[in-house]
Amino acid sequence: MTTPAAYRVSHLAALEAESIFVMREVVAEMERPVLLFSGGKDSIVMLRLAQKAFAPANIPFPVMHVDTGHNFPEVLEYRDQRVAELGLQLVVASVPEALANGLVRESGDGMRNRIQTPVLLDAVEKHRFDALFGGARRDEEKARAKERMFSFRDEFGQWDPKNQRPELWSLYNGRHHPGESIRVFPLSNWTELDVWHYIARERIPLPAIYYAHEREVIERDGMFYAVNEFFRPRAGEERFKAQVRYRTVGDASCTAAVRSDADTVEKVIEEVAATRITERGATRGDDRVSEAAMEDRKREGYF
Amino acid sequence: MSTEIVASANAEARAVTGAGPEARAMDLLRFATAGSVDDGKSTLIGRLLYDTKSLFTDQLAAVEAVSAARGDEYTDLALLTDGLRAEREQGITIDVAYRYFATPRRKFIIADTPGHIQYTRNMVTGASTADLALILVDARKGLVEQSRRHAFLCSLLRVPHLVLCVNKMDLVDWSQEVYERIADEFTAFAAKLDVPDLTVVPISALRGDNIVTRSDNMPWYEGPSLLHHLERVHIASDRNLVDVRFPVQYVIRPQSTTVTDYRGYAGQVASGVLKPGDEVMVLPSGFTSRIAAVETADGPVPEAFPPMSVTVRLADEIDISRGDLICRPNNAPAVAQDIEAMVCWMDETAPLRVGGRYAIKHTTRSARAIVRGLHYRLDINSLHRDESADELRLNEIGRVRLRTTVPLLADEYRRNRTTGGFVIIDEATNRTVGAAMIVEAS
Repeated sequence: MTTPAAYRVSHLAALEAESIFVMREVVAEMERPVLLFSGGKDSIVMLRLAQKAFAPANIPFPVMHVDTGHNFPEVLEYRDQRVAELGLQLVVASVPEALANGLVRESGDGMRNRIQTPVLLDAVEKHRFDALFGGARRDEEKARAKERMFSFRDEFGQWDPKNQRPELWSLYNGRHHPGESIRVFPLSNWTELDVWHYIARERIPLPAIYYAHEREVIERDGMFYAVNEFFRPRAGEERFKAQVRYRTVGDASCTAAVRSDADTVEKVIEEVAATRITERGATRGDDRVSEAAMEDRKREGYF
Repeated sequence: MSTEIVASANAEARAVTGAGPEARAMDLLRFATAGSVDDGKSTLIGRLLYDTKSLFTDQLAAVEAVSAARGDEYTDLALLTDGLRAEREQGITIDVAYRYFATPRRKFIIADTPGHIQYTRNMVTGASTADLALILVDARKGLVEQSRRHAFLCSLLRVPHLVLCVNKMDLVDWSQEVYERIADEFTAFAAKLDVPDLTVVPISALRGDNIVTRSDNMPWYEGPSLLHHLERVHIASDRNLVDVRFPVQYVIRPQSTTVTDYRGYAGQVASGVLKPGDEVMVLPSGFTSRIAAVETADGPVPEAFPPMSVTVRLADEIDISRGDLICRPNNAPAVAQDIEAMVCWMDETAPLRVGGRYAIKHTTRSARAIVRGLHYRLDINSLHRDESADELRLNEIGRVRLRTTVPLLADEYRRNRTTGGFVIIDEATNRTVGAAMIVEAS
C-alpha cells in the first residue's frame, strides 16, 4: 500500500475533521442539542465548525449564552452580530433575572461563576436540551484532561469522574434517560495554540478585546484587571494605563488581562507559542481558589 | 478544507507566518503510554512535556507546592497527570488522561493510562485510537508480567507501532548487556503476537538520556532518541487507503429557498479514497450509483481519504439513511448478523453472560444483540484459553459469538479498525460495558 504525499493530513485538518464528526453525531442521535456560546474564542471556533459540519444547510440547533450580567460590551456586540448573520436562535440564560426572581443569591465575594451553574441547569430543564456543546479543551486544566468527548450528566447536571463511559475509537455513547443530558466537547483535543492557528487559517473575526489595546487596569495577585462597573479597585490599588489583551473571555468581574503588544492574529500566535503560563492560570481569579476548584465546579454541573 | 489538506504545507505555512514551531505544517500522532509510577512513566511524560516546553510554569509551581506540602523529598511529576482530587487523595490513577505537546514536526496527543491489571479497561480505551504505544520497563527488573500484558493488549487493539522504553538505565550502569537481554526477550515475545513494528530504546527518563537527544552515556546504542523516533515514525501508511468504507452519518437536506433539491451524505471516511465518477455500492440495500461530487463547506474536493469529514453526493436518487455504508461494488464489507469477536468487558456491576441482550454501536449504526456463545476466556498474562468460562467479568477478555437484530456492515478488525470495532451498551443503564473487535462476520 503506497501513500502519496498528497494524502498528507495536517494536524489542524485532522482536528477539524474530528470536531465536525462529533457535531454530526450529536445532531444525528440527540433530540435537542444546543451550543453554549459565550462570545469567547473557543465558542466562536465551535460555531465555525458547526457551520462547516452542516453546510449548505443552516446550523440545526440554537445557541445559548449564560449571561452573568458582567459582560464586556465588545463581546455582547459580537454575540448579537454573529447570531444575526447566521440566523440563529439565541437563548439567554440570565443570572440577573435569576437573582431577581430568587433562583440564586449573590455569593459573598460578588463573583458569579458559581451561581451560573443553577441558571444554566434551569435553562436546560426549561428548554429540555439533552445535548450541550461546550468549548472546553483538555489542555486547559487537569480536571478537564480526564473529561470525555461525550460527558454524561445526571438529572442534576452533575459530573461523576469515577463513573465515566469508556470512549473507544470514534464510537460515542450519547444514550440517556429523560432529564439526563450529555455535555459534548468537540474541541477536547485542541490546544490554545491550535485554536489560534485555526482562527488565522479561517480568518475568523474575534471581539476586539482579544487583541492588544490600551486599558485602565489595576494589578492584583500578579493579574491585570480592567476597572469597570463590575470591578472596583480596593484601597491602595493604583489605577494605571497599560497595553493589554485578554487571553480568555469570561465574567468581567473575575477575568484578567495580560500585558501584550500582540495586535494581530500572527502576533498573538507568536505570543502564545512563547508563553510559559496556562491561559486559565494567567487570567482567571476563579481557578486560583484551590487545587481542585475546577473539579468541584464541574461536579456541580459547571461547563 | 480539502485543497488545504492536499497542499497543506503551503496553506498552513502561509497562515502561520513566523510562529516558531508552527512555521511548517505538522501532522498528528496519537500515542498511548502504559505503565505505573514505578516504571517511571509519569517522569517520562513530565520529561517529554518539559523538554518540548509544553509544561507551564504555573502547572509546575502547583505541583511543587502540593509535593512540598505532602513532604515529598522531590517534586512528584506524577501529580501533573493525576488530575482528580480522588486520585491525589488515594495516590492512584483511575482514568485515561490526555496530554498534549508539539514539536516543529508533529502535534502529539498522549493517552496516559494506568498500568495495573484492574485498569485494563482504560488501557484498551487509550489504545483504541493510538497510532503508537509506549511500554516502559525498569531495566533493573526486566520484563514483568505487566509488560507482556501491555504488549498483548496493543496487539489485540492493532496499535501499528510499538516502542519499548528500557528505563532507568542509569541504575544499571548504562549496561549494554542488560539492555540487550531485555530487548531480545521482548522481541521474541512480540514475535508471537501481531506487532507490525517494534522499536526498543534504552533511556533514563529522570536524567533525560535518549529522550530528546542521543545519550553520551550509551555510545553503544546507535538508534534514535525517543523523541526523534516519535517525530519521524511513518504513520501515513497505517491508514487503509484501499478498501472504500464511508459510513453515512447524517443526511444533509437544506430546508431553504436558495438551495433546493440538495441531498448530501455526510460522514468521515473510514478507509479508502473516494473520487467523483467512482462507481459505488450502498449497503445494506446493494443499490449502485456513481459519486457526483465530494464536498466540504469550502467547496468540492477532488478526492477524500481518512480521516476527512466530507459530504458525498450521488448521481442517482437512492434512499440512503444514517447507518448505511458507501463502498465499491467489487470490494464490500460483510453484511452480517452472526459476529465472532474478541470482547473486553468493562462493567464492574454485571458480567457478560451467554444469553445476555445488549445494545451495540458499530460505525454509525445501532443495533441490538444477543450473546450466543463464549468460546473461551483469555488469561491476558499467560495467553492461556479457558474454555470452561461461562462469563466475562470487568477487565476480562474472551472470544464471543453474537447475533444482531440488523445486519452489521463489518470487516475484520485486523483489516479495518473502524468497520471492525464496536461497543456494547447496557440497555437499562446506558453505560458502555464492552469493547469488541470483530474476528469473523457472516
